[in-house]
Amino acid sequence: MEMMRRERIDRGIKVRTEGIYAISSIREVLYLLGPRLILIVGMISLPFILELAPYWKRVVNIMCVYSLIALSFDFLANYVGLVCLGGAFFVGIGGYIAAIFNVYLSFPIYVSIPLATICGAIFCTLMLLPCLPLRGVYFAIVTLMYPLFFTRVIEALNILGGTNGITGLSSFPNQYVEEYTIIIVTLLFLFGMRRFVTQDIGLVLRGVKDNDQAVRASGISIAYMKSLAVFIASVMGCFAGAYIAHLYMWSGISLFALDFSIIPIASVVIGGGGTLVGAIIGSVILVPLSEILRAFGTFRIVIYCIILTLVIVFKSEGLMIYLQRKYHQFERWVKV
Amino acid sequence: MEIIVYGIINSITLSLMALGFTLVYSISRLPNFAHGALYITAGYFTWLFINKFAGFPYPFAIIAALALTSIIGALIYRFILIRVRGMEISEIIASYAIGLAILEGLRWGGLRGMTFTLPTFVTGSFNIMGVSVDYQRIIIVGVGIFIFIVLYLFTHFNRIGLALRGIAQDERAAMMLGIDSDMTAIVSLAIGSGLAGFAGVVLLPLGNIIVEVGYNVLIFAIAVCVVGGLGSWGGTIIASFVIGFAQILTEFFLSSHYQMVVALLAIIIILLIKPSGLFGKQKELEERV
Repeated sequence: MEMMRRERIDRGIKVRTEGIYAISSIREVLYLLGPRLILIVGMISLPFILELAPYWKRVVNIMCVYSLIALSFDFLANYVGLVCLGGAFFVGIGGYIAAIFNVYLSFPIYVSIPLATICGAIFCTLMLLPCLPLRGVYFAIVTLMYPLFFTRVIEALNILGGTNGITGLSSFPNQYVEEYTIIIVTLLFLFGMRRFVTQDIGLVLRGVKDNDQAVRASGISIAYMKSLAVFIASVMGCFAGAYIAHLYMWSGISLFALDFSIIPIASVVIGGGGTLVGAIIGSVILVPLSEILRAFGTFRIVIYCIILTLVIVFKSEGLMIYLQRKYHQFERWVKV
Repeated sequence: MEIIVYGIINSITLSLMALGFTLVYSISRLPNFAHGALYITAGYFTWLFINKFAGFPYPFAIIAALALTSIIGALIYRFILIRVRGMEISEIIASYAIGLAILEGLRWGGLRGMTFTLPTFVTGSFNIMGVSVDYQRIIIVGVGIFIFIVLYLFTHFNRIGLALRGIAQDERAAMMLGIDSDMTAIVSLAIGSGLAGFAGVVLLPLGNIIVEVGYNVLIFAIAVCVVGGLGSWGGTIIASFVIGFAQILTEFFLSSHYQMVVALLAIIIILLIKPSGLFGKQKELEERV
């Protein structure tokens, strides 16, 4: 019996576009730019497309917020090897600090968001510092605990508005600023991170994930690299938190809610871990789905978890890696 | 006096919560983040058997619920975790997702409020050295000590128990001696889930069966395990006494809101001072980078 097997070969155009020859013809340039342009133009034109449906414009904002958190999860999990089970921790800290700056200290919005992002990221990094020099499941454990912990502390001590939260944050000047702030920041972070992980420092971070002893033997401090990575990830998370607090003009304990932890993880797993773009594609799929399923209440989380488990068990590569393969390679059957 | 009595009770409670988690982790290196969910599931099943299938006597309801919980644990490993074994990120995410799915599914199914309570085994209370303690708490202490002894005997004088310990100590050598790694993992997950369920059945009569308890149990279990050293049994018991007394002391002198704070502070302090836990000596090199 003749055995056949499927063989995958890179497309000619993919090989041609790897070097300087990429700019030799319009076709090669389009091959490279096409997918990126589709994403950028698509994201930027979304508010115009949805002009007639104001409710869904709100959903686009939320979608970008989740993409940012997913991006930070993807970066931490697949480039540094730290599994963060509590994206809500970053969101909550960012939101509360923005509220403190804006309401208690009455800073204007364009100061409070950047300030909350930086201060929140420093705070998160300091809180997570004890578990960074360690291998294993400690980071996952501690990040799992922090959102619950802060909820409890705020409820128990009745500080920062207690269960009612802090109200009266100033809103964005107009709708377009509101939308384009988050869309442009998301795109900047996406392409920035893609560039960042291919730099030398990205290589070192991947070294921390795969073989920390080798990194250490090269005279690089692992704890320092990890805390740097956590800082970058929490910048993204805290910006998302500060933004969402200003979007809702309110900051409360629901910023520490489970949604902010589980939906980003699910979108990364669905979109394809380690691609960074996958995080955004995943949230583009999941967040509108979550709006459609709003009537089901907490049952949505069950649905995410089931999707998440099924994808991670049966199709762990995710959507983006599949698409990349189809885009760059063709398949044919050959005799063994 | 009150501090000592309630400290002991609280410590035994914590160690009951943590035992299942530490057993699974020490044997198969799987952090079972579905632990809290299994705890609640067992309580819910017991409630279901008593209230929905009328005429089920309480002891049988407990046994049936425990059996079901163990089977769920075994199925989780056999169909889901076995496929991601060894991939740390996937293990954590998959088990966490399963736990969340169970807990939030139960919440959606109506598990909230005060309606879901289990009856205590024996009602009433009596005095120990001037402190009034109800019988249920006495039963918890008795049952806790009983479980420790049974587990000790099981892992030292039984073929399956010895196989479990073998895998826990050196997986490769144990596999060379013909111990099936997957089989022991299934058994360990079944026993671990059973223990989680057992803790649930014993402890839940003191309160309501609500979803939040599931998260708390997971956190307390993890806190105890980290402080005692992940996968170390003796450490788990010692750590549960440390955290248990610390909690009771803060409750006595401050307020009861600080239980979670104590658990988290314990983790942070132990990670700063001795990351491998109180009794995790031999693993220190493995875990510190």
